[in-house]
Amino acid sequence: MISEKGIDMADFSSSFDMPSASSSESADAAELQRLIAVEQQKAQFQAQVHNFTDACWDKCVDKPSSKLDSRTETCLVSCVERFIDTTLTITNRFTQMVQKGAH
Amino acid sequence: MDSFSSDFPSGSSSGKMDTGTIMEQVKVQIAVANAQELLQRMTDKCFKKCIVKPGSSLDNSEQKCIAMCMDRYMDAWNTVSRAYNSRLQRERARI
Repeated sequence: MISEKGIDMADFSSSFDMPSASSSESADAAELQRLIAVEQQKAQFQAQVHNFTDACWDKCVDKPSSKLDSRTETCLVSCVERFIDTTLTITNRFTQMVQKGAH
Repeated sequence: MDSFSSDFPSGSSSGKMDTGTIMEQVKVQIAVANAQELLQRMTDKCFKKCIVKPGSSLDNSEQKCIAMCMDRYMDAWNTVSRAYNSRLQRERARI
């Protein structure tokens, strides 16, 4: 999702190729790559939260009110869990299908 | 994102780029992109929920609905974020 907004995380890692430089500059570049990888992971988490919120809002929130009642909160939490379970189920079953030679 | 991009500082005479400065800029750009994503999705949802029949302007009830919807959407986002984080931690504990 973030990439559609113009930040392609791949740009960050590929633009820091290791120069044939002094060892301290190589260490800096390696540290930078590591720090950027951390931020990239955080960004992926945020992107997933956007996706889940988008899907689960439709399923759980009927009329916007003055606060999220506990029924809605429970629905949102369950929705996230079931979405992940669905993803895992699909991945596993698809893997089995591919291994059996199906398409 | 073009209006928010800033070039990384070009190398100083020693050829070194400051890691701290770069990381600050990276974090800012990511935060801005995240906010834009939030606003776009929120606008989509709240328009759907609050503007039933588009009139010649946003009336009072529509304005109030939009404000409430924004707050609820952000509450929902936080709830989802916590739930996802919990699940990730649970999965990591199993490995």
